[in-house]
Amino acid sequence: MNKKTDAWAKGFSQPVYLDANATEPLRPLARAAMLEAAELTGNPSSVHQAGRRARAVLEDARNTLAQRMGVAPLNCVFTSGGTEANVLAMHGLGQGRRFLVGRTEHDAVRKGAPDGADVAWLEVDASGQIRLDLLEAALQTHESPAFVCLMLANNETGVLHPMAEVARLCRQHGAHLHVDAVQAAGRMALNVEELGADSLACSGHKMGGPKGAGALLLRGPAPRPLVPLFDGGGQEQGRRGGTPPLPAIAGLAAALCDALDTPRDLAPLRNRLEQAAQAVGAVVCGAGAPRLGNTASLALPGRRAQGQLMRLDLDGICVSAGSACSSGKVAFSHVLDAMGLGDLAGQAIRVSLPWSVEEADVERFMQSYARMAAGAGLAMVE
Amino acid sequence: MRILVAMSGGVDSSVVAARLLEEGHEVVGATLQLYDSRGAAKKGACCAGQDIRDARAVADRLGFPHYVIDAERRFRDSVIERFADAYAAGETPVPCVACNQGVKFTDLLELAKEIGADAMATGHYVRRVEGPLGVELHRPVDEARDQSWFLFATTRDQLEFLRFPLGDMPDKAAVRQEAERFGLIVAGKPDSQDLCFVSDGSYVDLVERMHPEMAGPGEIVDQSGHVVGQHEGVMRFTVGQSKRLGNAARLQGERQMVVGVEPGRKRVIIGPRANAFVNSLSVRDVNWLVDAPPEGLVCRVQMRAREEPRAARVLPTAEGATILLDEPAMPAPGQACVFYQGSRILGGGFIRRAEEQVAV
Repeated sequence: MNKKTDAWAKGFSQPVYLDANATEPLRPLARAAMLEAAELTGNPSSVHQAGRRARAVLEDARNTLAQRMGVAPLNCVFTSGGTEANVLAMHGLGQGRRFLVGRTEHDAVRKGAPDGADVAWLEVDASGQIRLDLLEAALQTHESPAFVCLMLANNETGVLHPMAEVARLCRQHGAHLHVDAVQAAGRMALNVEELGADSLACSGHKMGGPKGAGALLLRGPAPRPLVPLFDGGGQEQGRRGGTPPLPAIAGLAAALCDALDTPRDLAPLRNRLEQAAQAVGAVVCGAGAPRLGNTASLALPGRRAQGQLMRLDLDGICVSAGSACSSGKVAFSHVLDAMGLGDLAGQAIRVSLPWSVEEADVERFMQSYARMAAGAGLAMVE
Repeated sequence: MRILVAMSGGVDSSVVAARLLEEGHEVVGATLQLYDSRGAAKKGACCAGQDIRDARAVADRLGFPHYVIDAERRFRDSVIERFADAYAAGETPVPCVACNQGVKFTDLLELAKEIGADAMATGHYVRRVEGPLGVELHRPVDEARDQSWFLFATTRDQLEFLRFPLGDMPDKAAVRQEAERFGLIVAGKPDSQDLCFVSDGSYVDLVERMHPEMAGPGEIVDQSGHVVGQHEGVMRFTVGQSKRLGNAARLQGERQMVVGVEPGRKRVIIGPRANAFVNSLSVRDVNWLVDAPPEGLVCRVQMRAREEPRAARVLPTAEGATILLDEPAMPAPGQACVFYQGSRILGGGFIRRAEEQVAV
């Protein structure tokens, strides 16, 4: 709070951060867990007492995740993050299977299948939800067993797929169901068993933990075999080589607990924001489907996403459009395109409220957005 | 005021940003991503991956926001494809004009207005002068860096909004000195050159890739259609050229040159050099930076990027303009013909192909 006051005093306004789906602000409990773990010298694989102390922290985190997510502890495999967890599942569990991948998946999954694998796309409806009829039809073709990849919540729109129905169809046809829960984990209670997923990926920094740790959770008896992407020293039961990043993993576990123990329904605030945006001409993408409470996808017809982002940024508002590539250029949204939104796919921004959002942040966003929608910038020069 | 600076990642536009910031303006940097930097990009040409990183590093160091603008599709459609198509139609196009006109001064300028900027600045060497009858475009102080010919298509509306802070710089050394004074990492960076989107070899490979029907050997013919030699690809020839003609370079004791290219038939047409000069030509897509004088205009015209302007009379027509040259010259279709009065650009257009030339 002091920091904020100082910044204001100097005449700089603190940016309003509404890009939680890119990364959540660090939770204090996660920070504390990280710092504590960072003080430990040991490598969890070492046999001496320093190693044992490190291993105890690692196994604590593993037990926590396993218990919170409904898998056996040895079926929680730590990775570097969401992308690696997704790719590990697709490479390590999908061998010899036909991949069925949702059109609106994140690039980590869209580009995650091994080279040369047979990949077919699953279409979504206008609200962004998977077309169950087309999924069933795809599952019924008996070429080879399928490996279905679908995200629980979409990163751009927050739209939730009807996962219970999806799981039932997959079970019925002997398909493996891999769920990318990177955006959902920590924002809703999740149980792999109840969800009916065979594998599930999550990421620490999307729940208020640090960047650098994620997990792949596997259903069934432990340890479930999984072909590693690289062998390394055989860590994680030979399923993920490399020394685990202990501070990041401790932070991930602490963040998940904090997120689930202090849930905050952001939907009322998000809905107010959406109503205000609609009042000035915005279209809410995916509004017809059940969604994450923190996410709003707002398209402003005729206004390029790039210009909107820049304008809001210059106003001190941090939001995003689509998923940014490494150069930072704003790409056309494949998600909104798959929903059949046409030109709007290049005209939408994503507003995603962080766990720590304050009402004043949303107020400031609404003011800036309204000014932008009214084209105040254009009026100044013409 | 809020000024969007088009930053290529080179020393010129970096100095522009630094100077405007020093003058107290709110500077916003933008770099166009014109093609995927993961492809082979030519060293010493603008806007490859490293250039975007350099532009961003300059912005970070000076402390102003910087954005990367995706213009890949627009650049491909409006510059690269048009460049290849023009070649395929037997012209010698100027892609830098198309890029300035479309991607930079239309799209980026529109974006500048969208974000509430009051002006857009670039590192071009050209002067913008507020004249008694409105804004004027002039050659820069540093003649060696003159880019005015490439900017003739800038409209008066665009010119109103644009700023070219380097137009008054005496020479490049002075710009580099400024860069050093500001501590910019790009102070010693080599100048960009040639076509930025041609990554290896030459534009020939690019055009042949986009128009495979034009690749391969063909005939060299004289103006009555008699075959006088062979060539290895029409792409290697433009009007006015005498090189690469082999034995056909001199026929019946007369020096020959290319007078036409027929890409569809893979034919290069040659004629005696002495006959190729014309006294008049017509131009299309004329941009006027003064009110087009119906009675015509006595001025000087420049028909290539690097050549002395020649005395001429320009007559506006419904389709563009007709140029009456005081001395015969050899215009190349597709190139720009820019009208100057002293250092000032009055207008310009693109030279029509021989078959489209309007008889005078």
